[in-house]
Amino acid sequence: MGGRLKIALLLAPAVGVIGVLFAGGLGVAFVQSLGYMPAIGLTEPGLDAYRQVLADEDFLDSLFLTLYVSGVSTGLSTVLAVLAALALRRSGGRVSAVVFQLPITIPHLVAAVGIALVVAQTGLGARLAAGLGLIGEPRDFPALLYDKYSVGIILTYVWKEVPFIALVVLASLRGVASELEDVARTLGAGAWQRFWYVVFPVISPSVVAASLLVFAFTFGAFEVPYLLGKSYPTMLPVMAYDEYREIDLAARPAAMAINVLIAFITGTVAALYLRLARDLGRRG
Amino acid sequence: MGKGARRSDAVLVVVAALVALPFVPLVLWAFAGEWRFPDLLPTAWSLRGMSHLFEPGGGVLGAAFNSLVIGAATAAASVAVGLPAGMAIGGYEWRFKGVVVFFILLPILVPPLASTMGVHVTFIRLGLADTLPGVFLVHLVPTVPYTALILAGVFAERTGELEEAARTLGASPWQAFMRVTLPGVLPGVAVAGLFAFLISWGQYVLTLLIGGGNVVTLPMLLFSAASGNDPVITSALALAFALPAILTLVLALRVLKPGQRTNLIGPGKV
Repeated sequence: MGGRLKIALLLAPAVGVIGVLFAGGLGVAFVQSLGYMPAIGLTEPGLDAYRQVLADEDFLDSLFLTLYVSGVSTGLSTVLAVLAALALRRSGGRVSAVVFQLPITIPHLVAAVGIALVVAQTGLGARLAAGLGLIGEPRDFPALLYDKYSVGIILTYVWKEVPFIALVVLASLRGVASELEDVARTLGAGAWQRFWYVVFPVISPSVVAASLLVFAFTFGAFEVPYLLGKSYPTMLPVMAYDEYREIDLAARPAAMAINVLIAFITGTVAALYLRLARDLGRRG
Repeated sequence: MGKGARRSDAVLVVVAALVALPFVPLVLWAFAGEWRFPDLLPTAWSLRGMSHLFEPGGGVLGAAFNSLVIGAATAAASVAVGLPAGMAIGGYEWRFKGVVVFFILLPILVPPLASTMGVHVTFIRLGLADTLPGVFLVHLVPTVPYTALILAGVFAERTGELEEAARTLGASPWQAFMRVTLPGVLPGVAVAGLFAFLISWGQYVLTLLIGGGNVVTLPMLLFSAASGNDPVITSALALAFALPAILTLVLALRVLKPGQRTNLIGPGKV
């Protein structure tokens, strides 16, 4: 009995902080999304905001853009991270740890600004292209910022997330994979066979878990698309923010509905991640 | 094997170059005096960017100070809140642990944009909106999960034998905690505090929403510079903004043993 009380007391501060500031805030956002805001005279809860948002072409454009950017960022990051980890697993742990930790630690805004100065039409890439005689004027260089394909946003995410996934892969490769691989080699398996039948099954659960985390993050992140995205369509978090900033408070339920939908989608992905992580923990 | 190692080193050089790539224009621009298209390097150098950072009344020092104060307060409070939670999660077995861990993890997994907009109204009513304490409070949302998790890992590695020995020798539970447990987990506490500081330092949207433009931190200045048209000032600010992250990384790598919990920082939470 005393033990249970002790656990409860130990947990109380953290659960309290997250309960009030996170879960409480989410709850208020949900209530407001239902159109219940007595302060501005909205007292009839309903699903109008959701109906309005889901029928809105702007929202659907934003949703597709968001799915596209986070899907492509996650896919590219995952493939590059697996390749990098496979290539790097025999090199000195210390050096590669520093190289991989750096992008993880650097704030997104710094990464976005740096990437922008590389790929802009007057950026490092364009200057190199001009030096090689490939282009004459800055406008000859393809527009990679504020562009239709969100190249700048995706590159920033790839730069930030490849190291994260690669570290996860490196950690799982350190385990049984190399021993099993040696066995497979002794038995005459080729490089591709060793990857496909031995290494891939070992690393794939943690690769999928890390990718889910990256997808959830890029789906709900605000800074990078706010800085490097074009003005229409915007990614969902930017759209939610813009609606929230509307002076007309009648737009508030719609803003909150977008937010709740973002939270719902990322929450579903997160639940998948946690299931996988738990299964991994049980296995390992 | 030798050939594989050499190829591995070559790949490492390429990866390191790609990691360094965004910093190349940042460093060049920060010290550029004149750098016209299509010159590959600046044709004149200047300290205009650097002096902008330290200009009295230029706003950068004040913003850096705000970031520092909020970061330090957030780190201290997150550790204070995360330490007991970490002890409960890592040190003991109890029912519904999975559910509670999931709950504490939630703010890492679900972006805190919705929840922050939700608490905004209450913050306005309580007079916390547009204030430093209000910003500090919302910065606890993304940091507490990390400190709790890092410290749970630290407590999970402890067997409790030393505490038992201390109790056998007549120490009270409180003495055993202060004299044995706390010194043992101190390196973990330092790492957790550093990560919390870093996450708070990197926050942009939470500060923007709750601070409402009245609480100016370094990322606010960087953002408005980046939306403008002066790459010298933007790059100088970006380097200043990245500096504590780099210093913290160096420190954290010294405290952490190689290969230990390197993947604790989630994707871009910082």
